[in-house]
Amino acid sequence: MDRNSNKYTFIYAVIMVIVVATILTFVAVSLQPFQKKNVELEKKKNVLAAFNVESNPDNVESLYKEIIVEVFAINVEGEKLDNVDAFKINLKDELRKPPADQQWPIYVAKTQDGDLKYIFPLYGKGLWGPLWGYISFYEDLNHVFGVYFDHKSETPGLGAEISTAEFQKEFIDKSIFDENGNFVSIDLIKTDASDNNHAVDAVSGGTITSHGLRDMLKTCLSAYLKFIENNKK
Amino acid sequence: MFSKKNLKLLTDPINKNNPITVQVLGICSALAVTVKLEPAVVMSLSVIFVMAMSNVVISLLRNTIPKRIRIIVQLVVVAALVIIVDQFLKAFVFDVSKQLSVFVGLIITNCIIMGRLEAFALSNSPKRAFLDGIGNGLGYGAILIIVAFFRELFGSGTIWDIQVVPEKFYQLGYANNGLMILPPMALIVVGVIIWVQRSRNRELIEE
Repeated sequence: MDRNSNKYTFIYAVIMVIVVATILTFVAVSLQPFQKKNVELEKKKNVLAAFNVESNPDNVESLYKEIIVEVFAINVEGEKLDNVDAFKINLKDELRKPPADQQWPIYVAKTQDGDLKYIFPLYGKGLWGPLWGYISFYEDLNHVFGVYFDHKSETPGLGAEISTAEFQKEFIDKSIFDENGNFVSIDLIKTDASDNNHAVDAVSGGTITSHGLRDMLKTCLSAYLKFIENNKK
Repeated sequence: MFSKKNLKLLTDPINKNNPITVQVLGICSALAVTVKLEPAVVMSLSVIFVMAMSNVVISLLRNTIPKRIRIIVQLVVVAALVIIVDQFLKAFVFDVSKQLSVFVGLIITNCIIMGRLEAFALSNSPKRAFLDGIGNGLGYGAILIIVAFFRELFGSGTIWDIQVVPEKFYQLGYANNGLMILPPMALIVVGVIIWVQRSRNRELIEE
């Protein structure tokens, strides 16, 4: 057959695409269980990070089992939902639903001295892409015990600083309610925030990322507000 | 298999015809993934694999490929191999795949690969194409690893994430060079490598 004819070119292209698609599908499907496992471990690792526990792929499973005593979902009214696999909830999807249908997961962790800590997942958007993270509270559901933030594509050295330990340390012991018990969330401000109980230093050069982080905290914590008010001590 | 001529295919790209320092191809990924040694090594292995395999596949198909869609066929082969590598990394070395993120995908556009397919695989036997692929992959990897070694050593004081600069140095006032972590320093390290290579290998110096 003439290698330069249209017919030959077309048939060649079609066969090539079918063969390549088959190979890729086979590889993707057979590796999927491993990849899913990795994503799950990563999530557990992040939850533990918000609880100030460092873990690696080898010990994350056992640490998680030891520390996280309960995972459940609530609706925006703060009522516990039954028959929901809270670990599988994807906040990105929940935020698109009307508030009444949203489900919000809560992780409960127990420290060695028997204190309970509550971990809330967060999801929002930064400058270039999504931000996400976890924030954990003391039993009073007011003071922050630890946070973990990550991002998809914020600028390295600027917005991406939100995922560094130095930045995240600032959140510890800040509180989300003011003296009168009003919900104020945690702000990111330009000036020194060391004396401010409800704010931290924003990232220099990362204003939009900082605003995204502030909005993420406010939006997501508002969804948990009913639960927090019902359960705070 | 390893006649003198074939061996040359393997060794030439490592030094005299190095894809990065002599052909100046594939610079972009050399800047991006060389902050630490581990991702640099994984990236090198991925490129060696993709390069050798795509060279062999294209060389096997070289007498059937319609001239007019030659580049498209090459791209499809390279893209398919890269996706396979990416899927394997995601399944077995998740942490590294997170660090490499888009750069694995960008192997598709790595000029070394398309360059070798066009220049070599289309007109040579699979065996020779395979050696050429491995050789060029090694040449690329060697530079990547040298650059990553120095950047990690001076930028973070570690090698393969193991602390090598003793704590004492820091107490005496030594500080990690933050500039080494930024992409421009990779370019400067590559420049130094080119300098060293040319001063030792006079025939590379242009008039």
